[in-house]
Amino acid sequence: MRWLWIDRFLKFEPKTAARALKNTSQAEDIFRDHFPGYPVFPAALMLEGIAQTGGILVGEANDFKEKVVLAKIVSAKFQREIRAGETLVYDVEIIVLRPEGASVKGRVHAFPAGTPIPDPLPEVPVGEAEMFFAHLDQSRSQQLFGDKNFVFSGELKHILGLAKVLVESKDSTPQGVQ
Amino acid sequence: MKTQEEIYLKVSSTLVEALNVDEDEIEPSSTLQGDLGAESIDFLDIVFRLEREFNIKIPRGELFPESIFQGDPEFVENGKITDKGLNELETKMPFADLSTFKKSREVSSIGDLFTVEMITKYIQGKLAAK
Repeated sequence: MRWLWIDRFLKFEPKTAARALKNTSQAEDIFRDHFPGYPVFPAALMLEGIAQTGGILVGEANDFKEKVVLAKIVSAKFQREIRAGETLVYDVEIIVLRPEGASVKGRVHAFPAGTPIPDPLPEVPVGEAEMFFAHLDQSRSQQLFGDKNFVFSGELKHILGLAKVLVESKDSTPQGVQ
Repeated sequence: MKTQEEIYLKVSSTLVEALNVDEDEIEPSSTLQGDLGAESIDFLDIVFRLEREFNIKIPRGELFPESIFQGDPEFVENGKITDKGLNELETKMPFADLSTFKKSREVSSIGDLFTVEMITKYIQGKLAAK
């Protein structure tokens, strides 16, 4: 199974903030059971979306050398249900970045499918969460998991690669696509 | 300069946020793990928050020394802290109240040293040294 809960980055400012987009679709397996006949995007997966956006942000800050693990969800609030077909935007900023770990604040915004994403985003999000990532202790993690960086194994970094291409192409054409 | 009372109030509001506890559950003598339910990862979160709240730098292991007794076999004997270990503890944590701990010396009760009052004293020292 592919555990990817963001589709692409809209913005990526290293060590500072990132914005990622997730198109929900009626065809996703998750909606079969959540809930039968009443497809609602699980709030837990919005937390995963924030964690993936924030996790890449935190990982990139150390060139993906650290194993970044979600250690704690300090707080989370959701204002309404998200129905299948809506587009989610995860807006995440780093609050603290330290050798031992990092904490981030994430906001979720939802838009009807196909709507252009406004920038700046609306003031009031549909959900928000603060979370905390720990850098897995180098020696301990080697003991447990070996040398492989199991957190940033490929797919997530691939998405980030796409984001960098986006940023670079924007840099070369300042008046380019928003 | 902040008074001890002001520091204490800020410390408890930091703990309310980090540990999701009610303000009235917190007393100076509350232990972070036993009374307030903190887990190991919360200590890192608390350190980050205190740094932001008081605008100070807290070097790793200074407020919550993790491994004083792991390095030196002379610090612990049969689950109890030796005189040498106690000295080390007094040097590393001058802000902690060791009076109760000295009676039992049990390594397992070392977590009880981490109280709200201990953090307050630590911050007070940090701010005075600024």
